[in-house]
Amino acid sequence: MPRREDIKSVLVIGSGPIVIGQAAEFDYSGTQACRVLREEGVRVVLVNSNPATIMTDPGVADATYVEPITPEIVEAIIAKERPDAVLATLGGQTALNTAIALHEAGVLERYGCPLIGADVKAIQLGEDRQLFKGVVERCGAEVARSAICHTMDEVLAAAQDLGYPVVVRPSFTMGGLGSGFAHDEESLRRIAGAGLQDSPTTEVLLEESIMGWKEYELEVMRDRADNVVVVCSIENLDPMGVHTGDSITVAPAMTLTDREYQRLRDIGIAVIREVGVDTGGCNIQFAVNPADGRVIVIEMNPRVSRSSALASKATGFPIAKIAAKMALGYTLDEVPNDITSSGGTRPQQTPRSASGEEPSERFYSAAFEPTLDYVVVKVPRFAFEKFPAADPTLTTTMKSVGEAMALGRNFTESLQKALRSIERKNSSFHWREDEAPSLGMARALLEQARTPTDGRLVLVQQALRGGCTVEEVHETTGIDPWFLDQIQLINEIAEDIRTQSASGSGELSPELLRHAKRHGFSDAQIAELTGLDESVVRGVRHALGVRPVYKTVDTCAGEFVALTPYHYSSYDEETEVAPRERPAVIILGSGPNRIGQGIEFDYSCVHASLTLREHGFDTVMVNCNPETVSTDYDTSSRLYFEPLTLEDVLEVVHAERQAGPLAGVIVQLGGQTPLGLAAALKAEGVPIVGTSPEAIHLAEDRGAFGRVLAETGLTAPRHGTAFSVEEALEVAHEIGYPVLVRPSFVLGGRGMEIVYDDESLAAYVGRATEASPEHPVLVDRFLDTAVEIDVDALYDGVDLYLGGIMEHIEEAGIHSGDSACVLPPFTLGRSELAEVRDATRRLAEAIGVRGLINVQFALSQDVLYVLEANPRASRTVPFVAKATGVPLASAAARVMLGSTIASLREEGVLPSAIDGGAMPDDAPFSVKEAILPFRRFRTQTGEAVDSILGPEMRSTGEVMGIDGSFGAAFAKSQLRAGSSLPTSGTVFVSVANRDKRSMIFPLKRLVDLGFRLLATEGTADVLRRNGIPAEVVRKHSAGRGPDGTERTVVDRITAGEVDMVINTPSGRDARADGYAIRAATTSLDKPIITTVQQLSVAVLGIEAMRSGPLEVASLQEHAANLDLFGRDESGALSA
Amino acid sequence: MTTVSDSEAQQAVLVLEDGRSFRGQAYGAVGETVGEAVFSTGMTGYQETLTDPSYHRQVVVMTAPHIGNTGVNSVDMESQRIWVAGYVVRDPAIRPSNWRSQGDLGQALRDAGVVGISGVDTRALTRHLRDRGAMRVGIFSGPSAQRSTEELLAVVRSAPQMAGSALAAEVSTSEPYVVSPPEGTPVRFRVAALDLGIKGMTPALMAARGIEVHVLPATTSYDEVAALQPDGVFFSNGPGDPATADHEVDLLRSVLDDGVPFFGICFGNQLLGRALGLGTYKLPFGHRGINQPVLDRATGKVEVTSHNHGFAIAWPEGVPTDQPADTPYGPVRCSHVALNDDVVEGLHCETVPAFSVQYHPEAAAGPHDAEYLFDRFVELLSTHQERSASAQA
Repeated sequence: MPRREDIKSVLVIGSGPIVIGQAAEFDYSGTQACRVLREEGVRVVLVNSNPATIMTDPGVADATYVEPITPEIVEAIIAKERPDAVLATLGGQTALNTAIALHEAGVLERYGCPLIGADVKAIQLGEDRQLFKGVVERCGAEVARSAICHTMDEVLAAAQDLGYPVVVRPSFTMGGLGSGFAHDEESLRRIAGAGLQDSPTTEVLLEESIMGWKEYELEVMRDRADNVVVVCSIENLDPMGVHTGDSITVAPAMTLTDREYQRLRDIGIAVIREVGVDTGGCNIQFAVNPADGRVIVIEMNPRVSRSSALASKATGFPIAKIAAKMALGYTLDEVPNDITSSGGTRPQQTPRSASGEEPSERFYSAAFEPTLDYVVVKVPRFAFEKFPAADPTLTTTMKSVGEAMALGRNFTESLQKALRSIERKNSSFHWREDEAPSLGMARALLEQARTPTDGRLVLVQQALRGGCTVEEVHETTGIDPWFLDQIQLINEIAEDIRTQSASGSGELSPELLRHAKRHGFSDAQIAELTGLDESVVRGVRHALGVRPVYKTVDTCAGEFVALTPYHYSSYDEETEVAPRERPAVIILGSGPNRIGQGIEFDYSCVHASLTLREHGFDTVMVNCNPETVSTDYDTSSRLYFEPLTLEDVLEVVHAERQAGPLAGVIVQLGGQTPLGLAAALKAEGVPIVGTSPEAIHLAEDRGAFGRVLAETGLTAPRHGTAFSVEEALEVAHEIGYPVLVRPSFVLGGRGMEIVYDDESLAAYVGRATEASPEHPVLVDRFLDTAVEIDVDALYDGVDLYLGGIMEHIEEAGIHSGDSACVLPPFTLGRSELAEVRDATRRLAEAIGVRGLINVQFALSQDVLYVLEANPRASRTVPFVAKATGVPLASAAARVMLGSTIASLREEGVLPSAIDGGAMPDDAPFSVKEAILPFRRFRTQTGEAVDSILGPEMRSTGEVMGIDGSFGAAFAKSQLRAGSSLPTSGTVFVSVANRDKRSMIFPLKRLVDLGFRLLATEGTADVLRRNGIPAEVVRKHSAGRGPDGTERTVVDRITAGEVDMVINTPSGRDARADGYAIRAATTSLDKPIITTVQQLSVAVLGIEAMRSGPLEVASLQEHAANLDLFGRDESGALSA
Repeated sequence: MTTVSDSEAQQAVLVLEDGRSFRGQAYGAVGETVGEAVFSTGMTGYQETLTDPSYHRQVVVMTAPHIGNTGVNSVDMESQRIWVAGYVVRDPAIRPSNWRSQGDLGQALRDAGVVGISGVDTRALTRHLRDRGAMRVGIFSGPSAQRSTEELLAVVRSAPQMAGSALAAEVSTSEPYVVSPPEGTPVRFRVAALDLGIKGMTPALMAARGIEVHVLPATTSYDEVAALQPDGVFFSNGPGDPATADHEVDLLRSVLDDGVPFFGICFGNQLLGRALGLGTYKLPFGHRGINQPVLDRATGKVEVTSHNHGFAIAWPEGVPTDQPADTPYGPVRCSHVALNDDVVEGLHCETVPAFSVQYHPEAAAGPHDAEYLFDRFVELLSTHQERSASAQA
């Protein structure tokens, strides 16, 4: 069927900020969709509040609205743009929920823009659990026995009926938010209570427990001619009970016979038809009883999902791209499979016959099912270290923040590669001599492994190593014996290596070495087993000629020629890397998403690749994150889906050197992961382009950086280093409290704390040094009430291009990644900006930067302090690029490969006369706000974890608000579905003594605007003395009074009587109260303000919201008005 | 030719007739074997593949790396034995794990005397076969692996070619047998099914639709068929070169002459083509897998299907595939076409009650998308029955 001609413009709804359960995969799928639509000549209007995405780059859509994804704002965009249709199946649950809300409000009908892909009825059938149950039953399949409940009484009655344990699932939430297992009435009340609140329809589903069953997923696609294909099967190594996003998963399914697999396939196809997903992809999950094969359908998502991103990367079948084509009306057989097709159309009128010539163009359609001749393993990455209070047990609520995928020619190879791709200490299997477990210890480890947690598979491996049998481990963990047997095999090979290296000559035979590599052992693991250095193992291996080959992901197991160089390594015989002529630039990506290193870095890598391809280079991407645009097979000239370890990168470099000339490796754009490899790569003779590893060292090493500061005459906060509690106290007394303390061996804010007195300092050092006695603790003077400033700049050795200067809204002490910031700075004066520019230039020059540098400054009492300098792409590069309308990352890649800033200005890549550090007065304000995952985590007793911000970064993503008025920009940055600044109502205030003075003015303004204030006694007193009325509420710690009827502040928050909470952390006494208040607020997703600065700005935002509906404008419109490219040095628009 | 012994850790070598060789470990029986090298891309269903008689005299290369994970069981047998001449895998399962498993695949291969090889770069081998076409191959393990390459190559080159081989008689049942509808399903029709290498699922799916299936040896004469007074005749899949099957083609012409409804699968499709006067040819490397897209020209819909064929029907030169071709039995349409390479995948006669498909609606292994073809056969039988009944009346 040809494509629909009635669709000339489409509104694509994105997924908003990166949150747990909805991450970078929607940037990948959304970007693909937008590109496809534009290729088809459709005008693409995009709404997505997430600035860190490729999707929101101005070139991807015709009109890019970086605006909040709420029904009201999206309606405003529809009213302005009048699209012919709305595509909401590629933006995760956020887009789907927004689409449903727009439908219910009659907006879609009013503006005549129907949903394409899946219609409202299909979305409801897929998402509404009761309706879905009917769907499954009509398809002749089973769902778990269950009951829908809307009240706690219904919940309790249903549990009686089903028997404990029961699973609780709130309706219409994403990533399984609020789901859990209840083993008894008490846990049921807790989980179902929260679930009823989390569900926008106040609805939870209770169902029979199928814990321990095998779990499978199918990715299914359907077109409007009713052709259906199954793109991929996925088997979860972790049995039912762990959210699939938190499970180790394997593709294709490993332990199903054809009969069983075809049964799942038949059900999957019947379900997508019955639900009525017109066109596009859906994901369907099954549980299979390992004892008798009974199949239960768990759920289906009538949209592109995280699993479909994984399936796309695992098979080479671009689900989102094809879903977008199908939404326009194409059928699967009309769409080419890019990997194998060189052109032409099918079917032809003349079939190939015995005498027929092989056609010069081959068209293979997307109407087929990919077949794999390799194994794919995905491993989740968690961030529990950031939330020490959170319960690390894995449940049906997703908790991981990222994932790594690996491909290999067998399961052991893929698994070991995936585990090392996670880049965490102890994420890989080990055989340390001193830790060889006895049988008793092994049984204890196995007992630990009964509860699924991050790192359970290493426990399993150690238990097997210590002598537990596969049967015992299967019995305890529910993991299929086939997988356990493979782990056992890995242990056996390890034992062989150890035995052989300990015997006679101590040399490993080439056969054993090859055998070990075939099963995924890293040089580091072999080094550990043999007591040799990793580099020695590598040297021996290379001398023996034991090197990986690179195979190709081709969707067809070699049946047809593949045209896309999407490679993975394997220790097999034949390599498929083709020779090339253009010089190659290898770009190292950023690996699995984690807090502090996410999609923002992928953005810079993708830009570098796209730009350099246009400027004479072949780009070679190395990354292992399936959620990203960088691992799309057509982003770079070549893609290597590989772990980002020294060994794996060196092998790619070797393979590419064999293939043709190598210009160098880019380590600056992927964040800390590639940067950490720079020195070792250089030592191995690998050319690093851009800033040299020596220069990187100057910025990263504290001593060396101290000398840089001294040379440049810049100031850092006073600091010292301590190896003991006594030394730490001495340093603190010398430099004065408060101090910022952190262990010396971690970067990115891990383990940082701000301490105000001796007692807490001693406690901190006790903990930190106990953790690692050989590493000192760094003690820095903490600049209380300083203004923090973030700068991204480009330096080529001669000129500095200031990308942007961002002023933080929170004062110093909050990690820059968690702090809201604004560009251009809203309180800094001309001389301060000049000082920042000058300091940045001096640092870039002294360090020797060639490319990007990010500097964090603190301005305190007119002194500009340098907090840190990072000679790499920072988290804020995409935000700066969007706020200033300048492609900063692309320019950076050019500078790294030798272009000068002067030439880029001339070429028009950079503005000719001014830069982002000199924004004109009429520039719009862009506010970046962090999105925090506190709601995701519960403590072991089921309470929300504390939502206080600090020097440790904990946000998973960010949103951008852009507007001509600062207040409106800020209000937009706070606006999301279910949560925004209130424009009226009740505000609860409880602030630390030091903050009482500064809150008076903003609170007075709130009261003038008609808000009612609640306050605890101390705060209320101060307010009253300043003529601000406030109702006194009981403290949480005061309890409910003698007869238990007096409600505390927490009760009132929980009852929904409070619209916003202002709570700044104070002394230890009030800490427990503050925690309970914040936990209750977080649970209800109400705005919570924890700093005075936030409060002042929030008031501006509230004023902006009250002055009329927020106006929407696209980035293209903002850029046209701002037009840095058309301005002269004074900032005036040239004629 | 083969000896059964413990194959643990014994060396093995695979030699192709063009001289390329691969080293690996013995899998299944130890010894030597020759056959035509073909690759199969299915990720599930190795047991069905191994017991499919169409693989007789073929050495099957599995592109899926892990084979044997779910063991073997008595239900998934498509015939009474393993038919492949040799088996090439990368990573055999250490132990099977599935609730339906009754035994280990390596053991089953040893029991059947099937020589295999593991640890081979099966992707390199597959790409070689894709580029050079299917060719003869030998697997040599244990002591025979120690012989010189020249010697082994000579063995491979002396093996018979697949083109020109008549193999149906070698795989066909020696005695007729009947597959009756399951209890509770009334018998509606009687069908004579010529066993040219029939898979167990085919009569099972017919029987489930009320057909009493009389499975007959390939050598059965038309008189013997006619004596059964069948409502329809069916020709199964099977190994070998359709150009050699003159007896079966003659039989089929008699069926068409008599106007008895006919349905053919795979080899049976090629024979319908021949009976209509169309030619057949050998594909470079064939279609073997369970993910092959086929376009139904009548509905415009695509079905994902199970394939196992090295030969195909040659459509008459100069006739577009969306136009019927003239035959002595009236016009025939190309009802189905392979989306990947436009190979003729089905025939539909417009005047005589006959149709056939090149692929496997019975699946086993593979998707069930094409099962409707059995319903179509039942409709054909039923229409024809009504017509004859009204003619008699």
